[in-house]
Amino acid sequence: MSPRAYRRKLDLENGRVDLSHGSGGRAMSQLITDIFHKALDNAWLRRGNDQAAFDVAGGRMVMTTDAYVVSPLFFPGGDIGSLAVHGTINDIAMAGAQPLYLSASFILEEGFALRDLKRIADSMGAAARAAGVAVITGDTKVVERGKADGVFIATTGIGVVPPGLDLSAEKVQPGDCVILSGTIGDHGVAVMSKRQNLSFETDIISDSAALHGLVAAMVEAGGRGLRVMRDPTRGGLASTLNELAQQSGVGFRIMEEALPVRPEVAAACELLGLDPLYVANEGKLVAVVAPESAEPVLAAMRNHSLGRDAAIIGDVVADDHRFVQMMTGFGGVRIVDWLSGEQLPRIC
Amino acid sequence: MKHVDEYRDGRLAQVLAARIAREADPLASYRFMEFCGGHTHAISRYGIEDLLPANVRLIHGPGCPVCVLPVARIDAAIRLAGRPEITLCTYGDLMRVPGSDGMSLLRAKAAGADIRMVYSTLDALRIAAAAPEREVVFLAIGFETTTPPTALAVRLAVAKKLANFTVFCNHVLTPPAMQSILDSPDRRGLGRVRIDGFIGPAHVSTVIGTEPYEFFAKEFEKPIVVAGFEPLDVMQAILMLIRQVNDGRHEVENQYGRAVRREGNTRAKAEVAEIFELRESFEWRGLGVVPYSGLRLKEKYSSFDAERRFHVVDMPARDNPACECGAILRGVKKPVDCKLFGTVCTPETPMGSCMVSAEGACAAHWTYGRFRDHARKVS
Repeated sequence: MSPRAYRRKLDLENGRVDLSHGSGGRAMSQLITDIFHKALDNAWLRRGNDQAAFDVAGGRMVMTTDAYVVSPLFFPGGDIGSLAVHGTINDIAMAGAQPLYLSASFILEEGFALRDLKRIADSMGAAARAAGVAVITGDTKVVERGKADGVFIATTGIGVVPPGLDLSAEKVQPGDCVILSGTIGDHGVAVMSKRQNLSFETDIISDSAALHGLVAAMVEAGGRGLRVMRDPTRGGLASTLNELAQQSGVGFRIMEEALPVRPEVAAACELLGLDPLYVANEGKLVAVVAPESAEPVLAAMRNHSLGRDAAIIGDVVADDHRFVQMMTGFGGVRIVDWLSGEQLPRIC
Repeated sequence: MKHVDEYRDGRLAQVLAARIAREADPLASYRFMEFCGGHTHAISRYGIEDLLPANVRLIHGPGCPVCVLPVARIDAAIRLAGRPEITLCTYGDLMRVPGSDGMSLLRAKAAGADIRMVYSTLDALRIAAAAPEREVVFLAIGFETTTPPTALAVRLAVAKKLANFTVFCNHVLTPPAMQSILDSPDRRGLGRVRIDGFIGPAHVSTVIGTEPYEFFAKEFEKPIVVAGFEPLDVMQAILMLIRQVNDGRHEVENQYGRAVRREGNTRAKAEVAEIFELRESFEWRGLGVVPYSGLRLKEKYSSFDAERRFHVVDMPARDNPACECGAILRGVKKPVDCKLFGTVCTPETPMGSCMVSAEGACAAHWTYGRFRDHARKVS
């Protein structure tokens, strides 16, 4: 879009989103140009169309969409902007696919500080550039004060699956290995540490990261031995394993001692009465792999910066009840069940 | 994690398990009740039953504060929250406890009631200070552990002259509940369960000490071992109880010496004594009406008492007739003995309170142990 002469510059220091920024008029155009286009700049956005056109290769494509409503908007290790890029890329990557393009929709609350909006857009741009995935089209809406919580972002992504690869839960078989890419609970604890009524001092930062590079390395090493991958976000590892057990019609048997958990995260969970197995991650994946591919996949993961703490945490068993069982570090066995409701701190 | 991992050591657990197996008389059977939900949770979460011989059985007790709160009090809290001027603050565990007619605080909140989940009584005070036009009611529940923080909140409210802060007090006491379980329950039509000893409360005892249990040990000739909430604490307490039974002793022993003294926390006790007084009786889910088992605010602090300010009356309310929470809370029945368990009653849709709190016997068994109910072993 060619530079337009706006009468006044956007006040990025003290300005706030008002209803005119969503009205479709000049103010909205200025907001989009000065904040979003600057932050996310690429050839498609520069053309200023209502859509982005691009060539498609043959083969199988994947598409995914996700809405981001995280609170607080800024947390140690990331913010809603970087999260909206990483989360959607990861959903594409879990198909073993290479992510190509993203779209982004912003729902802004009247009164939201332009300074914060710019910070979020810049962070989004940085995350997209680092991942090599462009945000090529978008939309902006403004709602009245009280109708949203600052900013909500929805991103959609598309990607392309390497030929011959078809990851799916029904491929999981008894005897397969379960591999986790690293420590659990970092994101959830980092976010919770900044919640208004819960703030506590910690150095824990979110693990928010784009996993497609790690996935590409795993695909190369594991090929057809890869059965299925998931990123354990909301509900944590426990919910992801239960979801897989249901869909695959099998049981899982995991070992508590094999689960990587940072001591700070374990301590924070202990204090709050939470279980790291149920706490969200934004830069981790769990993969079910044929036994003969487990070692090469694990080695490839450990060679990647996002998989250094990868570990085999258990295996797949035949189980009509589809239970996820865990050998506790204490020597007993228990179920690791779905999360029910929200995890609440215990009161005594 | 220092000061935690030591008490969860798997190798030490094996050593204790071997000792328990050696010392438990194979011709006898041992039935110990863990009073507290904290113990119930630890037993299920760490799979402690897998480490015990078949003739050592643990019976879950009523020590889950969410579980023993009767429906009538939940209903009263929901009615309070329904008043337009009231902001009701409560600990998160209570939100999903079912009241009458399928209502819960969570549903009341969704329907528009101003209900806030807080992590401490101080959060409720902050909310009251920030909104002087609102009537902020703190829904207080729990045993002796959570009573001192409520007492402190009242004292701070007095000091800050917070006229819009009140407490809906449902604090209960552990010793009368233990007595109620031991004291001729069959005569009250509540069913009986054989108990050979108690694993005594951990956090409660940090406040009240071990001295209040001495009466039970003597009067009812039952050994009591006060134990911490970590799995090795529980294992060690079981071993100590087995030894007492084998020796024919019935004493109060303190396994939790790192946190509990005989006299307890005298400052916390004084704080509670300043603010609260005994109710003549209080209803418990599962135990019925237990004399001198609940607390209310003293007359001197009546202006901070939500029951007095808002004229709270307990309306008669009934548990779901098929729900066995009552018998389960007394250890007379096990969760699987209830027809509702795992069918219509699950943690997602709890019918009874034992399925709500993670410390409830039903929730603990459903969440961690239900695979044991299936005869077929996983390959």
